[in-house]
Amino acid sequence: MKSCSGKTVPPPPLPLEHPSAMSQPIEHQFNPYSDNGGTILGIAGEDFAVLAGDTRHTTDYSINSRSESKVFDVGDGIVISANGFAADSTALVKRFRNSLKWYHFNENEKRLSLSAAARNIQHLLYGKRFFPYYVHTIIAGLDEEGKGAVYSFDPVGSYEREQCRAGGAAASLIMPFLDNQVNFKNQYVPGTGEKRPITYLSVEEVVKLVRDSFTSATERHIHVGDGLEILIVTKDGVRREYHELKRD
Amino acid sequence: MNHDPYSWGRPSDETYGQYSDAIAHAPSFPKMNTQQPIVTGTSVISMKYNNGVIIAADHLGSYGSLLRFTDIERLFPVGKNTVVGISGDISDMQHIEALLEELETENNYDNSHADDEESLQPSYVFEYLATVMYQRRSKMNPLWNALIVAGVEDSKPFLKYVNLLGVTYSSPTLATGFGAHLAVPLLRRVVDRESDVEKTDMQTATDTILQAMKVLYYRDARSSRKFSMAIIDNDQGLVFNKELEVENMKWNFAKDIKGYGTQKV
Amino acid sequence: MFRNNYDGDTVTFSPTGRLFQVEYALEAIKQGSVTVGLRSSKYACLVALKRNADELSSYQKKIIKCDDHVGLSLAGLAPDARVLSNFVRQHCNYSKLVYNRELSMEKIGYLLSDKAQKNTQSYGGRPYGVGLLLVGYDKSGPHLIEFQPSGNILELYGAAIGARSQGSRTYLERVMDDFLPVEDATELIKQGVEALRQSLKDETLSVKNLSIAIVGEDLPFTVYDGEAVQPYL
Repeated sequence: MKSCSGKTVPPPPLPLEHPSAMSQPIEHQFNPYSDNGGTILGIAGEDFAVLAGDTRHTTDYSINSRSESKVFDVGDGIVISANGFAADSTALVKRFRNSLKWYHFNENEKRLSLSAAARNIQHLLYGKRFFPYYVHTIIAGLDEEGKGAVYSFDPVGSYEREQCRAGGAAASLIMPFLDNQVNFKNQYVPGTGEKRPITYLSVEEVVKLVRDSFTSATERHIHVGDGLEILIVTKDGVRREYHELKRD
Repeated sequence: MNHDPYSWGRPSDETYGQYSDAIAHAPSFPKMNTQQPIVTGTSVISMKYNNGVIIAADHLGSYGSLLRFTDIERLFPVGKNTVVGISGDISDMQHIEALLEELETENNYDNSHADDEESLQPSYVFEYLATVMYQRRSKMNPLWNALIVAGVEDSKPFLKYVNLLGVTYSSPTLATGFGAHLAVPLLRRVVDRESDVEKTDMQTATDTILQAMKVLYYRDARSSRKFSMAIIDNDQGLVFNKELEVENMKWNFAKDIKGYGTQKV
Repeated sequence: MFRNNYDGDTVTFSPTGRLFQVEYALEAIKQGSVTVGLRSSKYACLVALKRNADELSSYQKKIIKCDDHVGLSLAGLAPDARVLSNFVRQHCNYSKLVYNRELSMEKIGYLLSDKAQKNTQSYGGRPYGVGLLLVGYDKSGPHLIEFQPSGNILELYGAAIGARSQGSRTYLERVMDDFLPVEDATELIKQGVEALRQSLKDETLSVKNLSIAIVGEDLPFTVYDGEAVQPYL
């Protein structure tokens, strides 16, 4: 150690209490989180939006349940899913449902817009910034103009409106496929150097993409499978589709 | 006077003794009194059948590898059509038992229909326990248990799980701990999906649970021969058998096991 | 001039054993516009007459939803009713969150009773100046409960509180045997509206001043206001 005068000062001696000087207790820390697998996927169309999730619930290599829903219709044309640590997911959805209930009480049964729901969820998430909800959250519905909308959140509340987003265990498997098939990334008009122009997909095309995404994710990811639940939001309300996935 | 600027502003060693820099070496986290399970109960197993649910757990309280307590009941009836099965720390289990007794007392106290229309239902008991479990984990002071709530509600079987993290899930077959690995595959051979529940009668379900308890006694070193089994049937109500034992075991393979005991290989 | 010495607070009895503040609170109910409640074997229903302070003002809200299975109507001080309805909302909410259970009407009654009673026995406060009719549907069927600032709660088949409510009560007593077995929600509402008419003086019922609510087994608490009440006029 050098002092300002350039003279070398010896380092201070280790105090008697220094950890290396005594036997340290082995600290066994409780881990308040776990990973419960599963994956979710939201895609917005021109006048509809879908939010899908598999129904497998896991811890480590065990399948806890083959039929645990994680995408919910909370009313007002809003569907929500929070994927990751299941207890936080349950808690977050419960809190959002409650928030919506009191919004109706206080605002004379006014319908909650999707953008307002998104901002509210940011506050729920950020409110636990220093002990976060360990989830990837996606909501879907229609915006104020009736156009399909998907909002996605990180665990502490950063959020963005997007055309599509995959979350959870197999997000990294599905997202590049979506970039290519929904936003036509890396697609070019044959013969020219021009990018393929973005067009809206029909609800039938979107459901096909969702089903393909999940069958493929099921093949490659052990925490994805058993069942696929798709919630489809249109101006007429929320419709539910269920498809079997491989159970191995 | 020490003219070295490095020493300026420090308490003089002559007066105060050598400066202690222990604080600079303090661990980055304060010491935490996080608990660990001490005396533990092993698996609870359960499954649905076409007219109710069955749940079973053995009578052992283990202190590490010591089979410390041999007559501990881990199935707790709540109301007329709910049974809570608890594995994990036994003292935390007894705390939960107290909470459940309080829940029942409160319900009887302020409800004139407490034993019919407004009786405690499995879903009420479950939601309460799940709330307690999640609150405790969020305070970093968990109840070190995994619970299964089994019962009949609105004439339909009810089965749901919650653990020390507040993680909850439901399935037609459920087990905690070792049972999740050893018993669930056996139970799922009979009831794999919700639609299989309709095809399974009480006898089949009982046989399946008994077989699973036998396998657990064979392979789980922290299990006991004595166990309890509760059946919550939509028509018969609660049938609680506390005097069961694993029967018809075959140990003749044991003589062929070599290499662990005193015998020469 | 005569001055009552025993009505300054709620903690002092008069020599005749009365709590004047509580009695005055009961009087406050009669200042409010009338509201009627009645129940059959299947449904419970509220009907209320809304008042406006003058031609330029809007009509005072009379019916408040507390949960999917319970709501109330008020007569008396509306701000006090907001405090009480919020209290019921929060307890219903808590019960649903922690126990996945809809609060029973019996328990709601006792919660309100306990809350109101505290005010009649603590210095520096005043009793609530509002009467409530609570209707709800729980595991033991439809219920109608009357709440008074004294902390009294009564379960009833039919009730009316507020200005000139005696007319409605007399009517309900007379037709009780007719509406008790009613299986049709619309039919019950019609009886309620007819009962309300018995308490009118100069007013005539219109889409502006009539408010209706109904709750039943597979019918969550629903309020009808404005054009929605037209069929019942």
